Amino acid sequence: MTTTTPGPVQQTSLVFVGMPKFPTAAREALANTQQRRNLRHATHTIRDKRARVVAEVPEWEALRVAGAEAKDEALAHLGDYLEQLEASLTANGATVHWARDAAEANAIVLGIVRDQQVDEVVKVKSMATQEIELNEALEAAGVNAWETDLAELIVQLGHDRPSHILVPAIHRNRSEVRDIFRREMAAVGRPAPEDLTDEPARLAEAARLHLREKFLRAKVAVSGANFAVAETGTLVVVESEGNGRMCLTLPETLVTVVGIEKVLPRWDDLAPMLQLLPRSSTGERMNPYTTMWSGAHDGDGPQDVHVVLLDNGRSHVLADRVGRQALRCIRCSACLNVCPVYERTGGHAYGSVYPGPIGAVLNPQLRGTTSEVDKSLPYASSLCGACFDACPVRIDIPELLVELRGRVVEQEGRTAESAAMAAAAWVLSDPKRLAAAQRAATTAGRVIGGRTVRAVPGLGAWTDARDVPTPPTETFRQWWARERGQGSR
Amino acid sequence: MSARDEILARVRGATADVVTTPADRAPTAVVEETSPGRAATLDLFAENVADYRAQVVRVAASGVAGAVADALRQQGCATAVLPTGLDPAWRGAATEVVRVLDEADVRVDAELDAVDAVVTAAAVGIAVTGTVVLDHAADQGRRALTLVPDVHVCVVRAGQVVHDVPEAVGRLRPEPGLARPLTWVSGPSATSDIELERVEGVHGPRTLVVVLVDEEV
Amino acid sequence: MSALARPGTDLRVALFATCFNDTMWPDTLKATVRLLERLGCTVEFPQAQTCCGQMLTNTGYGAKALPLVRRFVDVFEGYDAVVAPSGSCVGSVRHQHRGIVELAGDDRLASRVEHTVPKVLELSELLVDVLGVTDVGAWFPHRVTYHPTCHSLRMLRVGDRPLQLLRAVRGIDLVELPGATECCGFGGTFAMKNADVSVAMGSDKARAVVGTGAEVLVAGDNSCLAHIGGILGRQRAGVRHLHLAEVLASTEEDPA
Ligand code: SF4
Repeated sequence: MTTTTPGPVQQTSLVFVGMPKFPTAAREALANTQQRRNLRHATHTIRDKRARVVAEVPEWEALRVAGAEAKDEALAHLGDYLEQLEASLTANGATVHWARDAAEANAIVLGIVRDQQVDEVVKVKSMATQEIELNEALEAAGVNAWETDLAELIVQLGHDRPSHILVPAIHRNRSEVRDIFRREMAAVGRPAPEDLTDEPARLAEAARLHLREKFLRAKVAVSGANFAVAETGTLVVVESEGNGRMCLTLPETLVTVVGIEKVLPRWDDLAPMLQLLPRSSTGERMNPYTTMWSGAHDGDGPQDVHVVLLDNGRSHVLADRVGRQALRCIRCSACLNVCPVYERTGGHAYGSVYPGPIGAVLNPQLRGTTSEVDKSLPYASSLCGACFDACPVRIDIPELLVELRGRVVEQEGRTAESAAMAAAAWVLSDPKRLAAAQRAATTAGRVIGGRTVRAVPGLGAWTDARDVPTPPTETFRQWWARERGQGSR
Repeated sequence: MSARDEILARVRGATADVVTTPADRAPTAVVEETSPGRAATLDLFAENVADYRAQVVRVAASGVAGAVADALRQQGCATAVLPTGLDPAWRGAATEVVRVLDEADVRVDAELDAVDAVVTAAAVGIAVTGTVVLDHAADQGRRALTLVPDVHVCVVRAGQVVHDVPEAVGRLRPEPGLARPLTWVSGPSATSDIELERVEGVHGPRTLVVVLVDEEV
Repeated sequence: MSALARPGTDLRVALFATCFNDTMWPDTLKATVRLLERLGCTVEFPQAQTCCGQMLTNTGYGAKALPLVRRFVDVFEGYDAVVAPSGSCVGSVRHQHRGIVELAGDDRLASRVEHTVPKVLELSELLVDVLGVTDVGAWFPHRVTYHPTCHSLRMLRVGDRPLQLLRAVRGIDLVELPGATECCGFGGTFAMKNADVSVAMGSDKARAVVGTGAEVLVAGDNSCLAHIGGILGRQRAGVRHLHLAEVLASTEEDPA
């Protein structure tokens, strides 16, 4: 059996160091009733939209298979495709950089910004740059990074953290947004209109006006990419508002930070991806705007074009034969929207820019399972399977969660839980031992009789809100032996 | 070791178990809705473009110039920028209703902010998704043209309309060394970032008028 | 021949009791036996059986489940069909046993698992697919709502089989449960490790159940039922919960 060698894990970024374990953070989130209401409304709205447009495609299952296959191919031969991508991009006039980790990527971007002698950049929403905390790095160096996606703008102006991949301000409602705009816009540019109301259309208009001067003035833009086609050197940004087009078109210099797993082998692979992503993500047949560019285009758009290929833990995930499927993720956020846990806790409890089911499997793989939060994430799921059904690239998230639980168990060594599980395994592997253990339960059942159990010492987690089922006075095994004798083997 | 070499080495180490090569891969599976016929495809295109709250005007070839002029007039535009390679007949029609600037006259993109409208052709239309794809050839102009002005009048010829996405991807495959930037437009810009309520019109053109030129019978 | 003929005649079915049902909910198992025998099956209960190992596997102790998998195959591989009134345990057998054995690298056991697991069926699958019945001759004159548990729905894909069976029950007033496909929040050790989220999910489910005005909540997994029922009980909601098998076994002579 050929073995793989994993690359190093990702360093937990500053913002998320010391995050509490999931159940603790979740308890806090659950207590925030306004946020819970916002989240419930938002996830259900988008869930229903997705279901409608997915149902329009009778061949959806075949599409999912095609999408997964394209990504698997890219991952299986990632070294070859990365080299091909580099060659295609270079031939198209782009400069390709490689970054082992966040610090290296941030330094590359900062270097490019410094070369242009500017103190601001406009940004297209990008998970990769959030992951490396580029904004913080740029700000520390005296460069303002303006987020231009409406939701990212809300988060940035609100000095907040994103809580959803696609709709980062999903935890905010309209009046909260209006308050943030009124309070914060003036300090960083064009102020919000005096008479701003909380109508979404008025809020969007305020963002349009606030950002337009920044778009028209900016010399440097930073983006991510949804896909990078190795064969043709094409980068793809899928978006809705047009802020992406502004950033990708108007500035003179464009830096695109791309995780190495974003590679697609062939041009033709864009077909399934562009069918899968919009329907899964925003629940539309197609998103309003998609931009594709291949390096620098003569007389059109930025002429100084850079691409930063980012590892930051991905080569670690890639080495795991089961876990590598998580790198197929196209960040559509469908799994978040259908997740009953995410719906109630929101994104912050996951302690990462990647929340929800995909975060629960990706973070412990990218960062390892040493921190409190990463150790707890594989358990942040009831294994209901809704995420797998929604995932356009068929990532078996429940299977991965179980796999990662095994890893946490192995790492933790001997604990009270492992002792209990070992005991359970010992009992359950033999019918006589099981029968003996059952006698204890039926004894309890006889003691309790027909009463309802509302509290059991040590079972507080259960009995705080739930009655305990009363054990019967006779197990089935005993009943069968009594009624049917030993007749059956 | 350089970052490049190190990342490539890590990736190769991580995939050491893989025994196939890229050459072993079969062609990408095509999953698409088949067209029930040309007329149906065109109707679906018009329907889906309109469904995304773009305006759709269907005309015969002879009616394009008039439709362009009507659209500019109805949107109350005073100025329009036109790509250098735009059909002279459409240019003539536009000149009659608005002050026309040529792409070449507006060298600085920021100046486009003062222009009301843009009129362009298109490269491909996709029926199933109601999408117009621009490849920014001479009759569509550089990308900023169709981005900064608030009204975009886009002429799509029936022959450019395909049924589903894979066919469009096939048609748009870049020629080696001659890649063009592509802009896929499905309705006007939109956001659902506030309470998932859809708002049309954020940064791109807030009004999109698609003039669909039906095939001559 | 009426729908109530004995479609299961001659079929030898092994009952996989599952350790939880065996210990905590013997009535469900007795009902399963009654129902299958009424339909003409010969039901056997191999007493060497123990557990599918799901709790171990799903908590991260898959390696410890290997002896349980081996025992499962030893006990059940000789039967035509194995049935359990638990979507969750059948799900574990059909979807996790292969992986556990693969990880252990035991090829011989792997091929025995491969041969055995497809024969292991959830109750509604056995009834509808193997016995070919939807009307099992049950009588249950109550207002009922049905919660399809996650593992039945998304692991086993039992679809609307349980509903087909329930619709055919005489006297039943079956009302739809809003948000039925959403998880109740039980999730095995999730109910303990993430008790707050689990209860939040369960409370929403309980609210939906109460909203239907049903007297009885029915599902195919007792563990989920105990969780939702535990919340309903704490709220003194006055809604009973009952396993699908008990409803299907219920008759005028022997009502549930
Ligand atoms: S895991 Fe799948 S469903 Fe979740 S964000 Fe990634 S691609 Fe979308």
